[in-house]
Amino acid sequence: MSAFQEIVRAHEKAILSGWLNEMSTSTRRKDLINDADFKSQATELLRLVTDASQSSSDVQSEAFSATRTFLKEITKARMDMGFSPAEISMFVLSLKQPVFKALRDALKDNDAELIDEIWLSNTLIDKIGMLTVDTAVGFRELTIARQQEEMLELSTPVVKLWDGVLALPLIGTLDSARTQVVMESLLSAIVETNSQVAIIDITGVPTVDTLVAQHLIKTITAARLMGADCYLSGIRPAIAQTIVHLGIDLVDIQTKAKLSDAFALALTRMGKTIVSTKTATVNNSQKAKEL
Amino acid sequence: MDRIPILKMGDCLLVTIQVDMHDELAMSLQEDLTAQIARHASRGVLIDISSLEIVDSFIGRMLANIAAMSRVLDAQTVLTGMQPAVAITLVELGMSLPGIKTALNVERGMALLREFMGNDAESEEDDGSEE
Repeated sequence: MSAFQEIVRAHEKAILSGWLNEMSTSTRRKDLINDADFKSQATELLRLVTDASQSSSDVQSEAFSATRTFLKEITKARMDMGFSPAEISMFVLSLKQPVFKALRDALKDNDAELIDEIWLSNTLIDKIGMLTVDTAVGFRELTIARQQEEMLELSTPVVKLWDGVLALPLIGTLDSARTQVVMESLLSAIVETNSQVAIIDITGVPTVDTLVAQHLIKTITAARLMGADCYLSGIRPAIAQTIVHLGIDLVDIQTKAKLSDAFALALTRMGKTIVSTKTATVNNSQKAKEL
Repeated sequence: MDRIPILKMGDCLLVTIQVDMHDELAMSLQEDLTAQIARHASRGVLIDISSLEIVDSFIGRMLANIAAMSRVLDAQTVLTGMQPAVAITLVELGMSLPGIKTALNVERGMALLREFMGNDAESEEDDGSEE
């Protein structure tokens, strides 16, 4: 790579201005990044690549680690600014034309070496371009994974209804991954709050098939093993019909049509009743605890 | 060889599993426990597994066996303090331990046992008064 490096060094100014010129016609986003930053990034990248190519032509090697770090930084910065991955990789790929031009000018008498050098620098710039795409995609995937995780967390709240009574209102479709989260959060909530009763409310679950039922039964059995009673509530008439038609066996599980019914049952099991403290004015009745 | 201590508390036997269960230990616990139930004519057995973090199908089956054997010897088994991870594992293994009573902690477990034994005692007293 010595010839490539020497030529790039010698024509650094020309290559840089050619590069900037090239970009200004293709992928320059004046609305997202100003000239000074852009120029300093381009200068820095060209310097790093030239230095690194002195000792190696493999972008995954130790010599290129500074280049890779720098590329990751600018890729992340540009993703945040709103560049697309294609635009970021074009930033690198548009370096080709000025480099090829410099090589051609310097080696115009030696065709064989010219082709060799063009081939080498072409591969190098392509690999660097791929690196930016990889980084950009990896960055996106990280964001997606984080959002998925947040959605899982958000969609499984465990609420405390009373001392020793927990409720788990499920909303949305239940799949294996979600059931795992539901099960874990319910069981750890049972331990934390020392609860005797947990109510799983499936009012917000649009469909119940055999798989969903299987998941629910697993969760309820696990809660029972820990020593808590688990009731299933919020079963809509249509879902009750589906369950019977599918032949799902819910005999061992205490089910109720509404969350309020399940809650009333829980209070009864715990030996508590709700009495109204005002007899005549029904509008403003209050809940009271009685042994 | 290590053995799991079995404590006698009145009519009940108390077993707290504080170490990792391996198969031999489980087998010896099964033997010791049945011997102790027979010797003291115990009415209740409380097994606390709050420090048990790993279970396999063998330990699960062993717990179910202990409960069944105790029932044959007329003692009620209560399993307390199961960790969430253990519960999930057992369910995934398809072992729902249908014959075993469970409680969240030892306190609740003892209350549950007393309830059972209280019911039994009442019925026996009724029998006695009639005679």
